[in-house]
Amino acid sequence: MKKYFKTIYYIFEKDIMLEMKSKEVINSMLIFSLLTVIVFSFIFEPGAEYKIDLVGGILWMAIVFAGILGLNKSMMSEINGGNLNALLLAPVDKSAIFFGKVLSNFTFLIFMEFVTIPIFTVFYNVNIFKYTLLSISVFILGTYGFSVLGTLFSIISVKSRTREVMLPILLLPLMIPVILAAIQSINIFIKGDEISDAFRWIKLIVSFDLVFTFVVYAIFDYIVEE
Amino acid sequence: MKIEKLIDYIAFVLIIIALYFAFIFAPVEKVMGVVQKIFYFHVASAWIAFFAFFVTFICSIFLLATNKYIFDDIASSSAEIGIVFCSIVLITGPIWAKPIWGTWWTWDPRLTTTLILWFIYVGYLMLRKFLDEDDKKAKFSAAVGIIGFIDVPIVFLSIRWWRTIHPNVLQKGGGGLHPDMLTSLIVSVIAFTFLYLMLMNKNLKIKNLERNIFTVENK
Amino acid sequence: MEFSHSKETNSDFIKLDGVKKSYGHIDALKGVSFVLKKGDFLSVFGPNGAGKSTLLKILSAQTRPTKGKVYFNGIDLGKQPDEFRKTFGVISHLPFLYENLSAYDNLKFYAKIYGVQDIEVKVETILNKVELTGRKNDYVRGYSRGMLQRLSIARALIHDPDIILLDEPYTGLDQHASFILTNILKEQFKNNKTIIMVTHNLSRGFDLASKVAIMKKGELALFEEKERLPEAEFEDIYISTLEN
Repeated sequence: MKKYFKTIYYIFEKDIMLEMKSKEVINSMLIFSLLTVIVFSFIFEPGAEYKIDLVGGILWMAIVFAGILGLNKSMMSEINGGNLNALLLAPVDKSAIFFGKVLSNFTFLIFMEFVTIPIFTVFYNVNIFKYTLLSISVFILGTYGFSVLGTLFSIISVKSRTREVMLPILLLPLMIPVILAAIQSINIFIKGDEISDAFRWIKLIVSFDLVFTFVVYAIFDYIVEE
Repeated sequence: MKIEKLIDYIAFVLIIIALYFAFIFAPVEKVMGVVQKIFYFHVASAWIAFFAFFVTFICSIFLLATNKYIFDDIASSSAEIGIVFCSIVLITGPIWAKPIWGTWWTWDPRLTTTLILWFIYVGYLMLRKFLDEDDKKAKFSAAVGIIGFIDVPIVFLSIRWWRTIHPNVLQKGGGGLHPDMLTSLIVSVIAFTFLYLMLMNKNLKIKNLERNIFTVENK
Repeated sequence: MEFSHSKETNSDFIKLDGVKKSYGHIDALKGVSFVLKKGDFLSVFGPNGAGKSTLLKILSAQTRPTKGKVYFNGIDLGKQPDEFRKTFGVISHLPFLYENLSAYDNLKFYAKIYGVQDIEVKVETILNKVELTGRKNDYVRGYSRGMLQRLSIARALIHDPDIILLDEPYTGLDQHASFILTNILKEQFKNNKTIIMVTHNLSRGFDLASKVAIMKKGELALFEEKERLPEAEFEDIYISTLEN
């Protein structure tokens, strides 16, 4: 058990070190998410009232599409040079390697959100942190669910002939519960609606996270075995 | 060999019987009129689609557990058939909805979930096209087959909550089903189930031939 | 699991018993059996598609045989693959290295993953052996192909494996790198390490080996002690074996 978490940590440590040196994943994600936020603002007349219904969706679209970009990039470093193969040859749990990658991707995504969200709130002039802890938990839980399935499908898609194309096609339909729940709860926070509705959405994200953490843990070894 | 032929004939006969039940035996619905007849094929297709994806799910698990490629053949065949029937559901639904609800599409939970389902399994089949190694193809698509199916109820739940928050203007028409309509529906579902079995048989045969050709070519 | 060196060297160290592997309808291996003693150096030859790579994949516990068993020191490989993985070092034509990390960080990462003790010392020693100490802090992406291969050899040996598996290691190596690889292999052979090498290079493979195998269409067409084969005629033997 201790060894399992150590493996996760080594993978995470290595990914952070790689990212500190190349900054490839974070930079491409950040620029993309900020661009999305800005391009989407042309939907509205400046100062339009109805924008308050839509901004939650725009923020999450920015996160999801930038995230897909970053997940692909992050997995490429394991595929170039055959590192993933080497890790699978090592005397460690295969799923520990996987969750190490999940942890790294999760960290990259959270960092991207950490920069994007303040800029977003400035541009759109909305406060999504009326209930600070609840907002943060929506972002953390939603991002985790996205990282789990996103990491799995990035391994799958980089091995396909079309590489980057396959990831959004596989991931987006499966992520609908999380995307929907995150957007709805952020909208509730922005508009100051009944807070108990948000709890229901958060519970949905939690169950999504738990179910797929367990499922991927159960099947990962079998998927990557040759 | 024998059973395969038998299923072909049964499917053929049952489809004709189902047509008779739907168009002649079942009464015309008072409010909706003849367009309601599409209901028998719409529901039967939906049933086959869900059943087919369930088969894909089960066989994907078996594939990962046993490494036997026959399960990959069944899983992928079933997904292909499922996509066909899922498409039928998505086409017949709006044809019915336009005259009854006055709109082609509504974000009803069942309809929307079916649409998402369609996208998940189109992704499944696309992935198979883009993976070259047989082994990776089988295992990676099994992952999609398992995760996709588990995701469906969560998708459905989330869309239902979403729709109840924004109240649905369109109310479902009709209350109880006329007993003769129910009988016709059941006949139709049975007929479609045999159609599924028939298609599955043909599909498995094709896959087997493909593998044989591949083996010969690579000798 | 420890493979103690004191164990009598005559026992079967690696044993393949009727190993079959099929992918769909393709049989990559059609029942391969052989025995290696500790300290053997086996060179495996054969044309493309003969099943050489599949054989290595099975030996390194990357894939399970469809039928048959692999034993190491009499213990079934399928039972505890992780314990055995510690004792393997794999060198392939892929470098297995991160381009955006330095040589030192690459080796350190893999040493941690393999649970190596005294990481700093081990990394320095092995870097010295492949003559990369001077450039240990440079990014791997700036390395020449030969340097990359040398580092890749270091990576495979960082945990001091008992069994070294090589998949076409000489492909694309420059003079210097192949010289270093040959020296390392000779040294490992002398240290009683068991080595299995898949290669197209007949003369080099034959020269280093203590046992020689030729594979053909998923089967072992020849498996022989090197001493029993005349070196000068080995190429003829290879060709005639494949023709039969």
